Amino acid sequence: MSTPISEDDLHAYADNRLDGSRLTQLEAWLASHPEERDKIEAWRAQSERFHRAYDAALDLPVPPHLLPAANSSRWIELRRLAAVAWLVAGGLGGYLLRGEVSPPPTVLAQESLPRMAAIAHAVYTPELRHPVEVGADQEAHLVAWLSKRLGAPLTPPSLTGAGYKLVGGRLLPGEIGEVAQFMYEDARHQRLTLYVQPRASIAQDTAFRYAREENIDVFYWVDGHFGYALSGNTGRDDMLRLSTLIYRQLDRQ
Amino acid sequence: MSSRNAIIAEIPRLRRYARALTGDMHLADDLVQATLERAMEKWRLWRRDRDLRPWLLSIMHNLHVDQLRHGKHIDYCAEDDLPDIPCRPEQLDSLEIRDLDRALALLPLEQREVILLVGLEELSYKEVADTLGIPLGSVMSRLSRARTRLKAILSGETSPHHLHVVSS
Repeated sequence: MSTPISEDDLHAYADNRLDGSRLTQLEAWLASHPEERDKIEAWRAQSERFHRAYDAALDLPVPPHLLPAANSSRWIELRRLAAVAWLVAGGLGGYLLRGEVSPPPTVLAQESLPRMAAIAHAVYTPELRHPVEVGADQEAHLVAWLSKRLGAPLTPPSLTGAGYKLVGGRLLPGEIGEVAQFMYEDARHQRLTLYVQPRASIAQDTAFRYAREENIDVFYWVDGHFGYALSGNTGRDDMLRLSTLIYRQLDRQ
Repeated sequence: MSSRNAIIAEIPRLRRYARALTGDMHLADDLVQATLERAMEKWRLWRRDRDLRPWLLSIMHNLHVDQLRHGKHIDYCAEDDLPDIPCRPEQLDSLEIRDLDRALALLPLEQREVILLVGLEELSYKEVADTLGIPLGSVMSRLSRARTRLKAILSGETSPHHLHVVSS
């Protein structure tokens, strides 16, 4: 015999996890060790008893209150967002692995930035209870937290002059690491989100660009280390005005 | 199958395991609901090259341990929202099942988890190790202790209702 029979082998045999020569070897060994065979039979009887007792739970109708947790629209949206994030990250990763120094500077700003921002906007603005991870009432904490996680100082621009107050912010999966989303709300509860993509310094600064994604207006631009995208449904002119306000404030930081 | 359907498809298995682990269908469903909620929050930590079931079970394990540690259990089921379907169906409450519930409850949690993940959920030993975040060697030693102890409990050697013979 190559290896002595251990207690672990007996469990693996009881659980039908052995095959090949080890199985043959163990069966031969058990033939001369009836007390061990009894032990194994007792273990198997335990597992069978678990199934007899608890398999009925498999056939119970799933109570409706369990389904919303797995079935919510938020989950579906998040999965879609995840799919996009994975696709983009995978694409960029593959590009970098091929030995290129950096991805083409226009990729981030022109294609994925407004798309990612619009999806994140669509996912979180309808949230009533948890639209943000950290609320505006803890702004100092929010600034410190986001700056630390994103590796660069980041302060949410103020839009109170334009009638929008800051609701708060959250972190999201982005193309290369995490991104920040700030949410604003006006007196009529119309919401805007500012999506901030760090580590965009490889991209050249751009002027304002406009995109419309799934009925969401997005103004976006790249400035220094960050790519920004403002998403909302308040009308193109209003969005441009707000984007300009944000741009000026960020420029002074 | 979409990821969402894959999650929904896991609900019956999660309920069975939670029922065996907690000894109560109502507690089990609260644990399953908390697990689904947490999975939703943490979904981006799930790597697609890993199986969904051990990931969900590991979330359930962590939540259950937390609940026990803090001496609380999360009750999401508002009285008004309770479904018409009884949480505690008759067929799960036969005497044989209650005996098994009591016997399992006498095992330390760490042994109960391992014996159920192996014997009921039929996870591989490696998957059990990943689910519980323990080394493979610990899985095997806990499994061995659990089986020995459960056998003793079920055969009455360490019954909680053991009647002491008082010598006259």
